[in-house]
Amino acid sequence: MSKTWCERINPVVRDMPPSGIRRFFDMVAETKGVISLGVGEPDFVTPWHIREACIYSLEKGYTMYTSNSGLLELRYAIARDLADTYGVFYDPRSEILVTVGVSQALDLALRALVCPGDEVLIPEPSYVSYAPTVILAGGKVVPLPTGMEQGFCLSAHQVEAAITPRTKLLLLCYPNNPTGAVLDRKTLLEIAEVAAAHDLIVISDEIYDRLTYVGQHTCVASLPGMKERTVLLNGFSKSYAMTGWRVGYACGHGDFIAAMTKIHQYTMLCAPITAQMAALEALKNGRSGMERMVREYNRRRNVVLHAFRDMGLPCFEPKGAFYAFPEIRVTGLTSEEFAETLLQEEKVAVVPGNAFGPSGEGFVRCSYAASLEDLGEALRRMARLVRRRGVRPRVISTPPRPFPAREAGVSAAGGASS
Amino acid sequence: MNTLELLELLEDNARLTPEEIAVMLHVDTGEVRRAIQELEQNKTILKYMTLVNWEKAGEEKVSALIEVRITPQRDVGFDAVARRISRFPEVRSVRLMSGAYDLAVFIEGRTMREVSHFVATRLATIEGVISTTTHFVLKTYKQDGVIVGDGEEDRRLMVTP
Repeated sequence: MSKTWCERINPVVRDMPPSGIRRFFDMVAETKGVISLGVGEPDFVTPWHIREACIYSLEKGYTMYTSNSGLLELRYAIARDLADTYGVFYDPRSEILVTVGVSQALDLALRALVCPGDEVLIPEPSYVSYAPTVILAGGKVVPLPTGMEQGFCLSAHQVEAAITPRTKLLLLCYPNNPTGAVLDRKTLLEIAEVAAAHDLIVISDEIYDRLTYVGQHTCVASLPGMKERTVLLNGFSKSYAMTGWRVGYACGHGDFIAAMTKIHQYTMLCAPITAQMAALEALKNGRSGMERMVREYNRRRNVVLHAFRDMGLPCFEPKGAFYAFPEIRVTGLTSEEFAETLLQEEKVAVVPGNAFGPSGEGFVRCSYAASLEDLGEALRRMARLVRRRGVRPRVISTPPRPFPAREAGVSAAGGASS
Repeated sequence: MNTLELLELLEDNARLTPEEIAVMLHVDTGEVRRAIQELEQNKTILKYMTLVNWEKAGEEKVSALIEVRITPQRDVGFDAVARRISRFPEVRSVRLMSGAYDLAVFIEGRTMREVSHFVATRLATIEGVISTTTHFVLKTYKQDGVIVGDGEEDRRLMVTP
């Protein structure tokens, strides 16, 4: 008797729960008239000059494979960008690999590093893909829970305490998805010291690096002695509003990049050339557009933070990315109950915090990559729900119409509104 | 507070209140009020405007760009003629240009006839005006930084990682 498909599937994959976000997505998809703050991507369309450069490249016939490592010109541009911004120098010929988004870069890095049973330290709450990608690579996830009282920041002490003889890797993501937390230089230096003392490799996903609103982003690889033990991951999705283009990159020691490239060449071959051409244009001429978007996110961040505090929800100040992570325990609901009630009663979608690991329980992720009109309306609706749950608003310091009304027309953002 | 950012916000949406701007820029409302007042007084902010798609409102309007060549005058150069042209209410904007002509004059009227009449009887007859070339606007695709017509839709999924 032949086996069922379920029996044939690799048990590691079969037993892996689907993403909490996916489950919630299905619920949202069935509800009409929803304003979504559940979107983890910019609401800006890719700046026109980047789209135009891509169209032009197609007209000129750039439709073929590139080298496995990616267009050399793009790798040079990446190297120059990292050198200019953080003073870290990577050899474009051997130390940079262009990938299909940071997701692929992470997968390659983990597959190239992790041996069965190796432990990978991941600060939590964390991006939904980290733990499953580690498990798919055969590793064991060791979560390092962080809370609002510590500003969702990892401490060197926590890392030290979690290290065992099997610990191989520390996976960082700052600015953080979903909390918006940013690690300061001092903390990173302390963590770097622990990493060096225990010979840990650090994979640093810095996809939100340019979206830092308070202080300056510290590139992990720029810290003394860290370049040699860091795999730096970054991409174009968030900073240049290029999520759908799927271009990311990994930088690290030449030997390691060569190992990643081997997996890449046997599986993905190369990132699409059209997207690479667009990324090149983004690096060459995209700075001012990016800065404009960052200024706009920062304004929205202020609006959202102010609104949560006014409605009586404690909210840690996000310093980067485009997420706020308010605590909703005062409503007496769990993360999922809150998100479901908000969706059903007020038609606003946010992501339950526990989708990012157990330490996200009691919180919800709200993306402020939405037009000010939508944000204003969503926050008004959320405030209504919170009031109904008996939470007393803080002394109202804003007028009753804190943000442009939906009917106000053109949003200050100039962004798309759904 | 960053005054340029304040101006940028107001240029984009003049309906923003000082309270709203204060939240966005994370500053005190009084500070925003004072800054706006000062910018109005020193004529950095000239006017608060609404950009209307008149075609959608069902109102027919005709506009034209008039290239005007003029003879510069002693002491005042192009200024005297340019200022004179600027005073006509039909004239929406007047700009001194480099290149083949001197002034770019935008005119708005209800009909082509009205605009033509204005150019022929008022503009062309001003002393110092050497010649005019009229270009009627056939269709507006973008105005003052805003793409006219349907904007880009939000095509994102409702929930993403």
